[in-house]
Amino acid sequence: MFSLSASKRVTAALAELGQITLLAREAAASLLKGRASWRDLLYQIYFIGVQSQSVVLITGAFTGMVLAAQTYLQFHKFKMDTTTLAVVSVAMCSELGPVLTALMVAGRVGAAMAAEIGTMRVTEQIDALRALATDPVDYLVVPRLVAAHVALPLLTVEVIVIGILGGYFVSVNLLDIEPTYLWANMLKYTHESDLIIGLIKAFIYGGVIALIGCYKGMTCRLGAEGVGQATTEAVVYASITILIANFFLTLVLGKLVSLL
Amino acid sequence: MIEVRNLQKSFGAQLVLDSVGFKIENGESVAIIGRSGSGKSVLLKHLIGLLQPDTGEVLIDGENIVPMNERQLLRVRRKFGMLFQSAALFDSMTVAENVAFGLRRHEHLTEAEIGRRVAGTLEMVDLPGTEDKQPAELSGGMRKRVGLARAIIYEPQIVLYDEPTTGLDPIVSDSIDQLILRVRDRLKVTTVVVTHDMRTARRVGQRVLMLHNKKIYANGTPDQIFDSLDPVVRQFVDGVADPKENLP
Repeated sequence: MFSLSASKRVTAALAELGQITLLAREAAASLLKGRASWRDLLYQIYFIGVQSQSVVLITGAFTGMVLAAQTYLQFHKFKMDTTTLAVVSVAMCSELGPVLTALMVAGRVGAAMAAEIGTMRVTEQIDALRALATDPVDYLVVPRLVAAHVALPLLTVEVIVIGILGGYFVSVNLLDIEPTYLWANMLKYTHESDLIIGLIKAFIYGGVIALIGCYKGMTCRLGAEGVGQATTEAVVYASITILIANFFLTLVLGKLVSLL
Repeated sequence: MIEVRNLQKSFGAQLVLDSVGFKIENGESVAIIGRSGSGKSVLLKHLIGLLQPDTGEVLIDGENIVPMNERQLLRVRRKFGMLFQSAALFDSMTVAENVAFGLRRHEHLTEAEIGRRVAGTLEMVDLPGTEDKQPAELSGGMRKRVGLARAIIYEPQIVLYDEPTTGLDPIVSDSIDQLILRVRDRLKVTTVVVTHDMRTARRVGQRVLMLHNKKIYANGTPDQIFDSLDPVVRQFVDGVADPKENLP
């Protein structure tokens, strides 16, 4: 009984993964043929990028600050206080910056995409689009997908910068670490590759959030409950995918960068 | 011309349409009647390719749309305008943006030209000057009019109406019926109206198809249908409940 239910679940999950892949393929084909409108794309960049700033900046600043404090408490035992900001910087660039930004954007934007598109589906607006000879993938998915791919790396850069500044502020003003060595060590131990890895991750996570949000909205069950469930699933699935993908991306990208 | 051949559609194990077939000539005005849940809206959505049948053919101007993919269907759908039961207005847009949607997507017009066409179409549906309103500010009847304006602004050849008067009071329903006739006569369009409102069916249909038990049960002029002595047609036309359904 249990194995049957488990096998059904695995089959359903694989089928869903296949559907999301097909949606990505359709969106890529639509993008290459230039069917999406610039106006919709700019609005989505505004919605995903500009309107997410306060959320991600607060997240970045306080993460940088707490990371600096925790690192200092451990490193102080070994008289390595001045490498505190280097830890903050490397962690923010390659791991915390992209992951935290993506998780916050998944909560805010992924949920909004699923809810908006799901409501459109329930109220026949998706059918109305199709009746008006407009493919919902061109009109709804492509602008959101491209905007998320563009906005996530930009937001991640902001998070990294504000995280490092937060860490610097705590280190210098609260922990009394010598600023010159602190800064010099940060520059010494942070490599360009850390930032590149972080930005590649952010680019990928943008696609994950938009694809899962749009897919969940376009396939949601009819009714208010269906929209609610689609919204929840969009956030949960995107967050889990980001966390799992982050592990593998760290391994793969780390290896690739070391080869270059 | 619209032609449906041997159409069958199920949702899961439930058969909704079985061996449905009919023809609608260019410029003709047809009302499809039937009880709630009889599959009228499902049938209408097959005509524009919003639903795919299990078997059967749907021919639009001789072209079978059933095997077409979504991209190919988009081309065929430009021949259609559709008014949805809920009007299905895009609630993030103003009335003008809703009405102009089809024009903006498919025709390269200046903003001034789009504005002129929108104003003209809103005038035609008796809603002049409502361009800047939001759908949430509109009454049920006004939403249907805006939905109709959006469907006809690019002058389609066929207009589909899904329950155009459901949920409206008799006076507003009457005005929507008049509007359907006005659109038909001015734009010379083929009109297909799905309704369970007998008054609407009688006024706008040159021919009436009755859907019953998953099939086209009756097909005739409004007079033939309304004067029919067939018990099933009679019961529906007179609006008499099935005695068995009244049992506790």
